[in-house]
Amino acid sequence: MTSLLEVSGVSVSFDGFRAINNLSFHIGSAEMRAIIGPNGAGKTTFMDIVTGKTKPDEGRVIWGERSLSLLGLSEARIAREGVGRKFQKPTVFEDQSVQENLLMALRNRRGPFSVLFYKTRPDHLARVVELAEEIGLSDQLQRTSGELSHGQKQWLEIGMLLAQEPRLLLVDEPAAGMTPAEREHTTNILVEAAKTRAVVVVEHDMEFVRRLGCKVTVLHEGAVLAEGSLDHVTANKEVIDVYLGR
Amino acid sequence: MQRAYQGRNRSTVIFLVLLAVFTLTVTVLSEGVGNGMISTSFVKTLGKTLCLALVAISMDLVWGYAGILSLGHFAFFGLGGYMVGMWLMYERTREIVATSLADAPIPPTAQEVSDAVANQIFGVVGSAEFPLIWAFADSLAAQLLLVVLVPGVLAGVFGWLAFRSRVAGVYLSILTQAMTLALSLYLFQNDNGLRGNNGLSGLQNIPGLADVPQALVSVWFFWGAAFALGAGYLLAVWVVSGKFGSVLRGIRDDEARVRFLGYPVETYKLVLFTGTACLAGIAGALYYPQAGIINPAELAPIASIYLAVWVAIGGRGRLYGAVIGAGLVSLVSSWFTGGQAPDVPLGFYTIKWVDWWLVVLGLSFVMVTLFAPKGIGGLFDLLERRIAPDRHGADLGPDQGALREKEASE
Repeated sequence: MTSLLEVSGVSVSFDGFRAINNLSFHIGSAEMRAIIGPNGAGKTTFMDIVTGKTKPDEGRVIWGERSLSLLGLSEARIAREGVGRKFQKPTVFEDQSVQENLLMALRNRRGPFSVLFYKTRPDHLARVVELAEEIGLSDQLQRTSGELSHGQKQWLEIGMLLAQEPRLLLVDEPAAGMTPAEREHTTNILVEAAKTRAVVVVEHDMEFVRRLGCKVTVLHEGAVLAEGSLDHVTANKEVIDVYLGR
Repeated sequence: MQRAYQGRNRSTVIFLVLLAVFTLTVTVLSEGVGNGMISTSFVKTLGKTLCLALVAISMDLVWGYAGILSLGHFAFFGLGGYMVGMWLMYERTREIVATSLADAPIPPTAQEVSDAVANQIFGVVGSAEFPLIWAFADSLAAQLLLVVLVPGVLAGVFGWLAFRSRVAGVYLSILTQAMTLALSLYLFQNDNGLRGNNGLSGLQNIPGLADVPQALVSVWFFWGAAFALGAGYLLAVWVVSGKFGSVLRGIRDDEARVRFLGYPVETYKLVLFTGTACLAGIAGALYYPQAGIINPAELAPIASIYLAVWVAIGGRGRLYGAVIGAGLVSLVSSWFTGGQAPDVPLGFYTIKWVDWWLVVLGLSFVMVTLFAPKGIGGLFDLLERRIAPDRHGADLGPDQGALREKEASE
């Protein structure tokens, strides 16, 4: 499998603290990967680097077939290249309707003038309805998204992510604050998405990771500690020491 | 979204109807065309108020919708006024000079006329030559183009520098204040070619219309201002009602999230900032011929702060809120500061409104911010909620509001 994203030898320090230390990571174009690790292991910083929010001090981030370097591109440009990100806290545009949120996320031209002259097209609306069905919000399309429950907001954000049609999804703790039934639904959405694209899930909850049934990368102190199946990494002595044993 | 869209359309229709009724009423009561119940100077005040409402709309787009608290939009308004003022003053002076020179035994050359005009205009600042920036002053078309171009270019350059470095929030507000302060200080200088603190005057005398009484000219300008406000309102509704508006509100609420959706946030801000600066320029170009004079004090930082206060009191994030705020506050303000409000004798102290009005305005701004963050416009939400929401055209809510609106602009 060719890799879609290749991060190699990346380091970044904040005020002398090495948040990421010579980290290397790669993922194929249709693969699911879970990243686990204790607090401060650098999971969020890793996502910040890939999405362009944080510039690393050294290292390379190479993207796609054309081996494009993502370093030095703006966040918006990286997003247009096909990297989608879901934040830990659900961030949807609360004073706008579910439909407006999804329409805004829908893959389309992003320039101000093409957006200014944009007219809602039937096929776009159809796609929005389809997405709403997928995330279980079909009957909530006209609702202001601020009124949704926590779990529904999480889904809406996942829906917006899917609407972007990214080639790589970075998902930060998607199951936080969800009921067991909601978790299962979330798992299904993610597993389905990983059939056609790369999905990276950062998660604390081992049970959730187990259900994803994918390769796991354990981060510790800004570097990869172990990589492999969940059973493989949970049997690893070092992993038990730094993470699971506590 | 459907309902919200209808709601927006409804408020637009109501607004336009009210504006038309208001325009017609003022016309019928004016001295120039109607029965003269409204004095010419008050027609001018109302016409100016409509221009202020237009610049308030541009402020609302920038601040209420995109969350950019620009405290420099009145500078663009003033620049628009200066641009149209240059032509008015040049052309009017040229007419006068040409008439007086026509009686001379030897017909004057073009150079002589030009020198005489320059002497007339710039004598007050001790110069008798046309500065370079007056190069197009003889052409109405060019100056009208500059009404849009000069504010647009200034906003474009300023915005490009500021937004590219991701200056936002209170830092941007301070920068915009600095911009308008610098501009007004520059204009105060005598040698900049815009007559220093004298500013441009006599703008109410429209060249070629010397025989038309001001009573009539004032009505024409009033119509022009009303038309511009209506058109500007429609434009603003169009901008904010589609996906562009969605993105703007997204930028206001969570800029980083919009970026991760792939939208170039900085470009959006720049386009909006520049576009609204052009709109402000147009409003200014209609305002100053009615005011008759423009000087650098008009671009003082406080003017832009007033603009923000109007929009806050009227209710930001809704276009009619901006119009109500600008209309109400500026009219009440001119009533208080114009010496019409009776003094309040307290025995030991007499409250003179001319001095105390600012305190009242400041207090009401604080009150609105604390207790009614939605401003006066928020009242319509209350009404709408109390009365059944789905009664479409026959809804009482907006009608009630309509009354208020009329109060605001009459």
